[in-house]
Amino acid sequence: MGLDIRWPIGIMFSLVGLLLVVFGAATNSDAAMYSQTSLGINVNLIWGVVLLVFGVGMLLGAKFGGKKPPTP
Amino acid sequence: MQPIHLAWVDYAILLAYTGFVIGIGFALRGYMKTSSDFLTSGRSIPAWVTGLAFMAANLGALELVGMAGSGAKYGIATAHFYWVGAIPAMVFLAVFMMPFYYGSKARSVPEYLKLRFDERVRCLNSLSFAVMTVFASGISMNALAKLLHLLLGWNYDASLWICSAVVLVYVLKGGLTSAIYTEVLQFFMIVLGFAPVVFLGFKDMGGWDAIKSKLVLVAQNPAALSLNDKTFQPDAWTSAWKPLMGGPAANPMGVDIFAIVFGLGFVLSFGYWCTNFLVVQRAMAAKDMTAARRTPLIAAVPKMVFPVLVILPGIIAIALASTPDKNYRLPPPALSSGQYSAGLADLKSGQPGDADRVTAKVSQDIGLKMDKAKMASLLADIPARHLTDDQIKDRLQNAVAENDYDGIILSLVKKYCPPGLLGLALTALLASFMSGMAGNVTAFNTVWTYDLYQAYLAPNKPDRHYFVMGQAITVVGIVLSIACAYFAHKYSNAMDVVQLVFSFVNAPLFATFLLAMFWARTTGTGAFIGLLGGIITSGLVHGSTLAEGKGGWLGLHLYEFPSSMAQNFWLASFAFTACFLLTLFISLATKRTKTDEELKGLVYSLTPKLADGDQPWILRPAVMGSILLLGCVILNVIFW
Repeated sequence: MGLDIRWPIGIMFSLVGLLLVVFGAATNSDAAMYSQTSLGINVNLIWGVVLLVFGVGMLLGAKFGGKKPPTP
Repeated sequence: MQPIHLAWVDYAILLAYTGFVIGIGFALRGYMKTSSDFLTSGRSIPAWVTGLAFMAANLGALELVGMAGSGAKYGIATAHFYWVGAIPAMVFLAVFMMPFYYGSKARSVPEYLKLRFDERVRCLNSLSFAVMTVFASGISMNALAKLLHLLLGWNYDASLWICSAVVLVYVLKGGLTSAIYTEVLQFFMIVLGFAPVVFLGFKDMGGWDAIKSKLVLVAQNPAALSLNDKTFQPDAWTSAWKPLMGGPAANPMGVDIFAIVFGLGFVLSFGYWCTNFLVVQRAMAAKDMTAARRTPLIAAVPKMVFPVLVILPGIIAIALASTPDKNYRLPPPALSSGQYSAGLADLKSGQPGDADRVTAKVSQDIGLKMDKAKMASLLADIPARHLTDDQIKDRLQNAVAENDYDGIILSLVKKYCPPGLLGLALTALLASFMSGMAGNVTAFNTVWTYDLYQAYLAPNKPDRHYFVMGQAITVVGIVLSIACAYFAHKYSNAMDVVQLVFSFVNAPLFATFLLAMFWARTTGTGAFIGLLGGIITSGLVHGSTLAEGKGGWLGLHLYEFPSSMAQNFWLASFAFTACFLLTLFISLATKRTKTDEELKGLVYSLTPKLADGDQPWILRPAVMGSILLLGCVILNVIFW
């Protein structure tokens, strides 16, 4: 099929990652929220960065990876 | 259960995902020109994509939710469903069976049966498969709508129709390709959505050794968590094989080693992974033979490590529940308003000194076991502290001494996810429900269009006709799924019977395929009667044995199995053996109807061997398969 699936995966996870990073940064001072749930770790910020890196990696793969997709 | 309140960021993630799957459908719309593009992806997809879709098609939400529950109930032995019950079969499919499925140019598994045997075998297989997919997608959608209703307080009907509509739009626009792409998206969603939850739980418990030390306590007194009435050796939850050695009484699954190795590891596992068109279809959509054979092998890599993501949460949950200061309990089944008012009436009419009698009465009226100590203190507190109805409701709910195993994964999500991450985890769950429906619907529309409609109702029409039929039947498939979802919602007992019947139908299938592909002498009559005989055998075995009060509907109780799981594994073993022997003997007694020339590409001994010599040695299916099996053995030894 003509659509390289790495594009939608890349765009979506970059977007969601960005969303989490922004939300994590905005709520960074809300210590109560994170201590009640995620053991005091701002997982939104950290995991947002992970998703962003994954998403951008997929986009780079789609752009420069050519015909041969990476084996996961 | 209190509905969870979602923040704007959670909705944003949910909407982004939904937008993307619909977008993928629209982006693929232009490539759908023939029925083959729509129903079989025109055999054009690279191996890593079909591989992940192969894995994800099986990783429906029910699997996700169920495996965490089993992890709690049975501990590490649950991994047998992966390391014994999946990887060997996936390797076998890649190395030995894929060449016939892909090489025969069959467009579906039933069509392979037609090429190999005759119309009778195809008809039996395609009819039962078509009905099964519709029910499976209905069951999945019912679970989704119920979950959204319980968890988020959304309306059941609206949830069901909206989610189905989303699936309809992207499958209708992009066909199988859309479903496969969405499955890959869902695969990454699940990995990336659940990994942080598992990590947080793991960290909270203080690592693997701390969890193990808790599991030792659980094994010696599983009744404390309402897991099991019996007591076991300390390693019953932390070893995969040792508890099986002691026989059914020594492990919480209640199974023996033969049932696991032959019943699960051979019959059920090979029957599912090597013959179920839902998963095999993914590999058949690959762009060439090499990609098709690599598909199950690529899928096996994440499959092997997935227990960390799906079983470990259940194990973490029981470790948490047996650590008092973590303030966590395994979720009890949610009381309906009817159950609650029955319980409340019993409590109000009871006297504080009467705890035993009241507990028994409440248990009987609401149909669940109740914790005596909690009921006694609740009974005493009602007059003493003037509890409000809401407080009584909470405490009554808490006094239920049973577990809702399906709720475990969600209870962990609720415990560890702040807004943001919560949206991600819920989206992952929603994604797996929806792609479960899409997977079933795309398998259903192919089998209907090619194996039933084109074969029997309207042969020899132009391709355009089948393309339109493929799209029309997609709509019908979704509508039927919705109907089945309502049926499952209303008559859950009847649904159990339906699923039971399908387990009879599926149990003997692998014997038919094994003989079909590896013994040229197998005849159509042999295969057809063997398959029917196998199905009848599984019905008879179920009808004449008991397990956990189920079965024995023939009025015969020849044997009582220690658990339903053991009954299921043994039933499959009997069905397989019956089908195998019947097919064997009837084939010998009947004449072959297909010549060697006709069976070329369909039977092992009559097909030229594929030359893998042009591939780098490490990528040859046999080598990759051996490496995977070795990895599997190592994992089994580590968790011996």
